[in-house]
Amino acid sequence: MTGTRPVVRPYGDEALLVDLPDLAAVRLLDAALTAAIAGARAVASADGHADGHADGPADASVRAVLDVVPAARTVLLRTRPGVDLTALAARVLQVWDGIDRGADIEAVTGPRLVELPVRYDGADLREVADLVDLSVEEVVARHLAPEYTVAFGGFMPGFAYLTGLDPRLRVPRLATPRERVPAGAVAVADEFSAVYPAASPGGWRLLGRCPTVLFDVDREPPALLPPGSRVRFVAVDDRVEGAAP
Amino acid sequence: MTALEVVEPGLRTLVQDAGRPGWAHVGVGRSGAADLDALRLANRLVANPQDAAGLEVLLGGLRLRALGPVTVALAGAPVAVWVDRVRVGMHAPVEVSEGAVLRVGAPVRGLRTYVAVRGGVAVPEVLGSRSTDLPAGLGPSPVRVGDVLPVGPSPASLPFVDVAAVRPRADEAVLPVLPGPRADWFVEDALAVLCGAVRYQVTPASDRVALRLEGPVVRRAPRTAGRELPSEGLVPGAVQVPPDGRPVVFGVDHPVTGGYPVVAVVRSCALGLLGQLRPGEPVRFVRG
Repeated sequence: MTGTRPVVRPYGDEALLVDLPDLAAVRLLDAALTAAIAGARAVASADGHADGHADGPADASVRAVLDVVPAARTVLLRTRPGVDLTALAARVLQVWDGIDRGADIEAVTGPRLVELPVRYDGADLREVADLVDLSVEEVVARHLAPEYTVAFGGFMPGFAYLTGLDPRLRVPRLATPRERVPAGAVAVADEFSAVYPAASPGGWRLLGRCPTVLFDVDREPPALLPPGSRVRFVAVDDRVEGAAP
Repeated sequence: MTALEVVEPGLRTLVQDAGRPGWAHVGVGRSGAADLDALRLANRLVANPQDAAGLEVLLGGLRLRALGPVTVALAGAPVAVWVDRVRVGMHAPVEVSEGAVLRVGAPVRGLRTYVAVRGGVAVPEVLGSRSTDLPAGLGPSPVRVGDVLPVGPSPASLPFVDVAAVRPRADEAVLPVLPGPRADWFVEDALAVLCGAVRYQVTPASDRVALRLEGPVVRRAPRTAGRELPSEGLVPGAVQVPPDGRPVVFGVDHPVTGGYPVVAVVRSCALGLLGQLRPGEPVRFVRG
């Protein structure tokens, strides 16, 4: 799975793009890089270099990383201007080589488990059931069953691409995206499930609704589901909370 | 408290600073001033920290009344500037007395003029930045008539430059590019086509998110036909090519991730120029 060494490419003069074989490798490298950056910053801010700790160009380049952006098969590193990208690329491969191959992917996904309540009354629930040749009840049961992991974000603030979807529930996106998907819509497309944090255009198929606020700038941290979080959906009964629209 | 009252916002005026790094993994882009070099210059001229928040004025038209005496400086797209009826200059600190009105004329070229005020525009920070991120819906709304923009406390240091010598922009917009991370998704001479003698033209469908260009079509390699690139992280200056072959150059409000291959990347030193290109203007890419 993660045996292939990543390919690190320059992406302009202030970024590197790391190509990886699969999502599991993305999770591993993202977690390891995020830890390495936090570590390099902590060393720098502790007491300068009074302890004689050598601060090579590799450490400096790691501290200059401003954003780590995991995606489906890549991790992007964006840096401050003037960074030695060659030194940073070497450090990225070093971090990769230092990842414990024996460690299970769960070791880097962290202990955080978020439960998201869902009312399964989405506009496409029936169609999804027809597409995958299951009953609506079975679609709901299969969507509820797994524990999901946040692979990456990026579509809008707080949006999280959840992996772990039952392969049986893989359906293509809508041929014509909706102009407006309501906030809280619980959706599936390809190998992913997600909850729309805010109303937006969207082409995923809608299974239900989740009332949880996924992104709030006044909350610490603002995003409920950063990469690596674990997620379970929990069904809530429509009738308990009153009339559905 | 010292503040600026918006008498007329012009076509569109946004509060911008150096943006909001560090949140891309949860879908929040960096955003910030489209011509950051210009905002930084204006800030230096009033002895602000370089990344203090100022106003990004699209195509002029802004009028501000000083509620309390303020020092301002303007940089970016060249415009005429008045304080009440007195014509003043860009690229220099300008004193605006209490009650006086600063007026920003329309630029003769370029798109965005920056107004820095000594002390900075002190609207509340959102995730560590005061910038307006329109796609994400973060930060202050575009300024409106009657808005009162608070001005922060003056920095300890005094401006020590009377006027900055600014080189006028070259007649032709030239964007230096490096090969992109997916250059191998294109035909072998794709970069040569992009950087060829035939220029591109900025289309009206261009904004802070991206410049859309009309010009020579950049073709995919036949072996990538029908293949889809999984979404991956983007940077400003990324030259992405959708299936129609017409390049899109991402600006500061680019999506955090995107799905089409990136053939080239504009050097960071030219990103300010990207923020100043007008629809209809010719653009040439060069390698290096």
